Amino acid sequence: MMTASDPIAEYKARAISGAPFGPGSHTEKEGQTMTGAQAVIASLEAEGVDVMFGYPGGQAIKIYDALYDSKKIHHVLARHEQGATHTADGYARATGRVGVVLVTSGPGATNTVTGIATAYMDSIPMVIITGQVTRGVIGTDAFQESDIVGITMPVVKHSFLLQSTDDLTRTFREAFYIASTGRPGPVLIDIPSDLASAEMVFHYPDSVNLPSYRPTYKGNAKQIRQAINLLAQSKRPLLYVGGGVVASHACAELSRFAEMTQIPVVTTLMAKGAFPTSNPLDLGPVGMHGSKYANMAMTECDLLIAVGARFSDRVTGKLSEFAPHAKVIHIDIDPAEIGKIRDPQVPIVGDAQGILAGMIEQAEKAGIGSVGSEWFAQCCEWRKRWPFYHDEFTDYPGQIVPEVALDVLSSKLDSATSIVTTEVGQHQMWAHQHIARDTTRSFLSSGGLGTMGFGFPAAVGAKIGCPDKQVVCVAGDGSFQMNAQEMATAVINNAAVKVMILDNRALGMVHQWQKLFYNERYSSTILDPAPDFVKLAEAYNWQGERVESPDQVEGAIQRMLDAEGPYLLDVAISADQNVYPMVAPGAALDDIIGAIDLTVGGVRVSQKGAGNATKEGE
Amino acid sequence: MKHILSVLVENKPGVLSRVTGLISRRGFNIESLTVAPTEDETMSRMTIVMDADELGYEQITKQLHKLVSTYKISDMTGEDTIERELALFKVAAGPERRHEVIEIANVFRAKVVDVGKNSLTIEATGDADKLGAMEDLFRAYGIKQLTRTGKVAMSRGARD
Ligand SMILES: Cc1ncc(C[n+]2csc(CCOP(=O)(O)OP(=O)(O)O)c2C)c(N)n1
Ligand SMILES: [Mg+2]
Repeated sequence: MMTASDPIAEYKARAISGAPFGPGSHTEKEGQTMTGAQAVIASLEAEGVDVMFGYPGGQAIKIYDALYDSKKIHHVLARHEQGATHTADGYARATGRVGVVLVTSGPGATNTVTGIATAYMDSIPMVIITGQVTRGVIGTDAFQESDIVGITMPVVKHSFLLQSTDDLTRTFREAFYIASTGRPGPVLIDIPSDLASAEMVFHYPDSVNLPSYRPTYKGNAKQIRQAINLLAQSKRPLLYVGGGVVASHACAELSRFAEMTQIPVVTTLMAKGAFPTSNPLDLGPVGMHGSKYANMAMTECDLLIAVGARFSDRVTGKLSEFAPHAKVIHIDIDPAEIGKIRDPQVPIVGDAQGILAGMIEQAEKAGIGSVGSEWFAQCCEWRKRWPFYHDEFTDYPGQIVPEVALDVLSSKLDSATSIVTTEVGQHQMWAHQHIARDTTRSFLSSGGLGTMGFGFPAAVGAKIGCPDKQVVCVAGDGSFQMNAQEMATAVINNAAVKVMILDNRALGMVHQWQKLFYNERYSSTILDPAPDFVKLAEAYNWQGERVESPDQVEGAIQRMLDAEGPYLLDVAISADQNVYPMVAPGAALDDIIGAIDLTVGGVRVSQKGAGNATKEGE
Repeated sequence: MKHILSVLVENKPGVLSRVTGLISRRGFNIESLTVAPTEDETMSRMTIVMDADELGYEQITKQLHKLVSTYKISDMTGEDTIERELALFKVAAGPERRHEVIEIANVFRAKVVDVGKNSLTIEATGDADKLGAMEDLFRAYGIKQLTRTGKVAMSRGARD
């Protein structure tokens, strides 16, 4: 189902082929004598890199010097290496391409660690190049030496400490290949600075040969047939989809499969957009802050088809009560995910796109029609009964309601032409619940690591990768301050991102836990009263505005979206507003606090399953 | 249950810490570990003994497979494998009891490799049972020092 004009599909096919993403050996630099530093830049050009993100320093200065001559690569200078790494990550998530980072040794390298770990947890393809002290002094605690290969070992897909210029070009090809194939992830290349000045002859390989790394793409045909057999017997099938669907570019196949079988779909944070919110079959967010109806569907289903999802604890709740009636089909390209948390009846290792295509074919052959429709009708009943939010409902009258503000934002964005990123906290969960997304790679959020400070630089990277799209970061006041320095990067690089802060003057998500589980002892979660975000915006040559009353919201959001340059909108909300519904940590998925129940008059209730409801706050 | 894993990896710096780091990060404990280059110098073989239940064992082998530096993992647990370990015992024995210790060593086809004033050093190879039995017997004399290499393992010829 890939079309010729689909750049993500083309990039994926190229990645798997092992050929360089750019011209490879077919450049005027091929065969030339040059320094290692020049060969680093030539290698990046051979991989078709046109933009990279970084921050210079002593052990990277030679590479930066070589970069100065490149006509093909635009370097985006961040204001912090963590910012650079998240920016490259956002670029990678938005475009599907490998994000490239260049930093110096020691503190430059250690500053990238959170960014690398964030990318690793969410399986994002990146290549991180770190300068290193000269080979002769490695191990002597030389100035700005850090063992970055050792430090990052648990959070990279693979890493290289370059030992000789003979290995340089092969290392780059392997790094791009490993980062972008199988289950994608970050790959680090540490380059001692003496190699950067050593002379070498540049030859770029046009293929890879890595016998110890052979991802499985093709799903086992027998297991696909078994999966369809299970489906034929199922009365209450449910698709549970994760970020693997995005990475595999399997969205078209997923939609086709869900529609032909009428199986409802729940999506993790990582999969948002992989299945259109506008498709009625979409039950949306599931898990700790998922809807009551999606969590009910998880609990009541008799067949769970997990596609590129990893049964995260934020999704499953209490494991022993997770999907208790369900047989499980688990589709994943990473064999280690299968059986890690839940043992499936049918495991299928491979690329989700091909496997779903195979399942469509088998289901057609077996004459499986809309097996899910009756059960889907039941899910729709639940959806009517327990909506995320409805208009007649207010927790804090007179104040701006975050859910409503996000609904307004969502209604003004077309997901084909926009990207929403989030920081981490309550605002992230509200965005997950209320921003409608119909397009893959149009919603970017740190799922696995939950990194505050990710969303804003990621938005800058997304805007640089997709300059024609409207890019909005839904931020918290706490998270935004973790990488606010990147406002300079945005404005200087003409990355006209929009930042909408849901400003509760608090570390809201932690505050909420303190309110619910720690007797309202608000230890270190109040951020009042600084800073003045509008002044901060002005300091960086951004436009900015603050709104405090509900009737200003719509106009302010419109002004933000219409602005030509970067724009910060500070939206005041109550610090006491909780994200609901919520499954308490360690509780079962259908044991839900604070869902709105229309059958008892549109109030928030606490209720296990569809059992007795108690009103919240009673 | 105890598992013996034979892991074929790239013979490169850092690979050992990738493997051990991964095992400890996933919450497992290595009981013993040996590493040395194979007949092909670009590869090393690690023999890892660890305690894990079936699920844990499956998870750790899958994770190890994912390392780009890993070529192959074989399960050496069970009857079809030859497992050996080398041990050096420094046994407390003055001149008057030396012959007893030497006799025990002979029974196990072990070698005396050093003689001190008040000790004998014995080199022995074998499986865990044999080395355990020797240890028990030598304990009666006093073991001043004991060093074991950790297991190495290989599948029996019939399997190839
Ligand atoms: C780097 C980092 N430090 C700490 C946390 C723990 N944490 C999770 S949410 C949160 C509060 C976030 O506050 P804010 O960005 O204002 O968002 P809000 O919840 O108020 O919407 C904190 C501290 C984290 N996720 N990441
Ligand atoms: Mg906040």
